[in-house]
Amino acid sequence: MSHTILLWSVAFAQVCLAIAMALAALRMFRGPRAQDRVLALDTLYVNSMLLLMVFGIRTGKTIYFEASLVIGMLGFVATVALAKFLMRGEVIE
Amino acid sequence: MLPYPLLSASLVLMWLALNGFTLGHLLLGCIVSVFASWGMAALRPAEPHFGKWYLLPKLFAVVLYDIVLSNIAVVWLIVTGGRRERRSGFVTVPLDLENPIGLAVLAVVVTSTPGTAWLEYNSVRRTVLIHVLDLVDEAEWQHLIKTRYEALLMEIFR
Amino acid sequence: MSTMEHAGDLPGWVALLVSAFLVIGAGLTLVGTIGFARLPTFYERIHAPTLGTSWGTGGIVMASMIFFTVLSTRPVVHEILIGIFVTVTTPVTLMLLARAALHRDRSEGNPNVPAEAPAEDPVPGE
Repeated sequence: MSHTILLWSVAFAQVCLAIAMALAALRMFRGPRAQDRVLALDTLYVNSMLLLMVFGIRTGKTIYFEASLVIGMLGFVATVALAKFLMRGEVIE
Repeated sequence: MLPYPLLSASLVLMWLALNGFTLGHLLLGCIVSVFASWGMAALRPAEPHFGKWYLLPKLFAVVLYDIVLSNIAVVWLIVTGGRRERRSGFVTVPLDLENPIGLAVLAVVVTSTPGTAWLEYNSVRRTVLIHVLDLVDEAEWQHLIKTRYEALLMEIFR
Repeated sequence: MSTMEHAGDLPGWVALLVSAFLVIGAGLTLVGTIGFARLPTFYERIHAPTLGTSWGTGGIVMASMIFFTVLSTRPVVHEILIGIFVTVTTPVTLMLLARAALHRDRSEGNPNVPAEAPAEDPVPGE
């Protein structure tokens, strides 16, 4: 019984995160301004990181954890660089 | 040899948590942490002055509690949508806290709590501009930030 | 749907606990992103993703930690690193983005943002 509940809640979590990623992508296309798109990209990164962790629970493999850590780090650096670009118009000062 | 022992220790712990505990990884982690702390020393960061550091768990508990409450509040706001008149706006809060690390912690606390976001700190006037999602009363937010977080942070970081 | 054979020997109450954390975490993330898609202005939208990065991440990290700790019968603390990392980095990105947005709005003369507070006394000779 509880095993079935776990199966369904993993599926629920995956569906929720997939919808969340779709909504973030929608905001990225709609904008309206550059800062909205950058924030949407950051949200997309966080959501995909969480989705990979749920995949890890589903498959029982820890390799997904490494992938989500890498995505988290790359997402942080990318968003900081984009925010600097928005502020000054150049990344390296 | 070890300019920042706390930093080195936590780097070794993180290395072992990521790679699993073996003698080889312990040695490698120690070497990495020594070099990393030398790199940190080359940056010459400001020396942190801890006052009542034992109040840190209290701050942690207060923040955790507030994050739970504001999560519920923001979820309620989003789910009920525009059914009720809601006003969001900017609040300027004057701060007495001057310690840079204390300010950084305050910024992290304010921003990671849903519903409030730290926008910019003016170091000349010592005010901070925050944005509040559900702004009912400006004075109430100023009072909340000053009494709930700033007073505690001023005791922790001298 | 796959059967998740690897979770076969998980005690019932652990499975329920993991399910609860998963549902809470994913649900909060979804609500945060719905808010992000629906709220009208940028400064309001900046609050919504923090739902996903505070208890959204917290819930899924807790679920993963409990799951792998019970399955491999040793404490798994990997996930705490992700939790700490997300907690420390999200405010940095949000602050930088908010400052960039303020800067852009001010340089365009948008009346809806507060003006930059001037420095008190301009230093003479500069």
